[in-house]
Amino acid sequence: MKPIEPTDVQRVIDGFANKDIYLHLETTNGAYATHNNEDFFSAGAYIRNALVRYQHGKIIGDNPYRIGLKLDIGWIYAEGLNHYEVDEQGRLLTAGLDSTGKLAVALQISTKPFE
Amino acid sequence: MEKERQVLVIFPHPDDEAFGVSGTIALHIENNTPVTYICMTLGEMGRNLGNPPFATRESLPKIRKKELQDAADALGLTDLRMWGLRDKTVEFEDDDKLTEKISEAIQELNPSLIISFYPGYSVHPDHEACARAVVRAVGQIEETKRPKLNLVAFANNSIAEIGEPDILHDITAVEDKKIASIKAHRSQTESMVATWAEKMKNQDPTLLNAIRRERFWTYKF
Repeated sequence: MKPIEPTDVQRVIDGFANKDIYLHLETTNGAYATHNNEDFFSAGAYIRNALVRYQHGKIIGDNPYRIGLKLDIGWIYAEGLNHYEVDEQGRLLTAGLDSTGKLAVALQISTKPFE
Repeated sequence: MEKERQVLVIFPHPDDEAFGVSGTIALHIENNTPVTYICMTLGEMGRNLGNPPFATRESLPKIRKKELQDAADALGLTDLRMWGLRDKTVEFEDDDKLTEKISEAIQELNPSLIISFYPGYSVHPDHEACARAVVRAVGQIEETKRPKLNLVAFANNSIAEIGEPDILHDITAVEDKKIASIKAHRSQTESMVATWAEKMKNQDPTLLNAIRRERFWTYKF
């Protein structure tokens, strides 16, 4: 993955619009957050291979970025994104990595189910 | 260390064995005791992707699978079994099926010693789910035929609640193998190992002690 280039990411997001896509969305503080700091309130969510279709999507912000996808009857968004890759299967992999490189958020789009 | 007939190690993630157990594994193998390591997931949800990142969410499982194999090779471990569950979902699996799967492995291998996590004191939800399933499976065996359970606890309240570990292994004799196996889990351990160089040079007693002494609690039903 490399630092997000918003123009390139926008182009890829546009390419998936109005198609059935499989979505991976994840936020995490890590399973040890409360172990390392008892006052820390750990929360996160995870969805893998949600089959959705979006009318349009947008990347916005000034590093880190936000990506929002407008569905016919709802929304998907993620914030804190700063790295991306379009992998060899043409999937858009975006992630938010903290200052030590640890993943905090991921939003990924594919036309085929993720393994 | 007692000579065992067969050792069975069960953990949910590649690298769960690295810091606290890999020296004990290497000692058993040097002692010609067969050791089987069941690793339930490939640590797909690991947060470390390298810094700068050399992995993605999607390439991480493939990388960690290779690292796990390399870590096993470093210890001389030949019976490595990957169960293909998914990281952070172990606690949501069907409890009875998970117990059954472990019971089958126990039946096949007939271990005299099982090493896993201590339920209630192992912090990560997958560790806890693994620990509960292992204890359930062993609990179903007739008392006189049960293998010993040596468990790893590292929750902050462990010693306050379950006391000091009753099993201590000095693994200095195999510490090179242990360090090699820790390093094999590169995606997860690289940044930590980098901080060791200076301490190793100065023979830092805290670090050496942490590496050389492996601690277990015997589970009592």
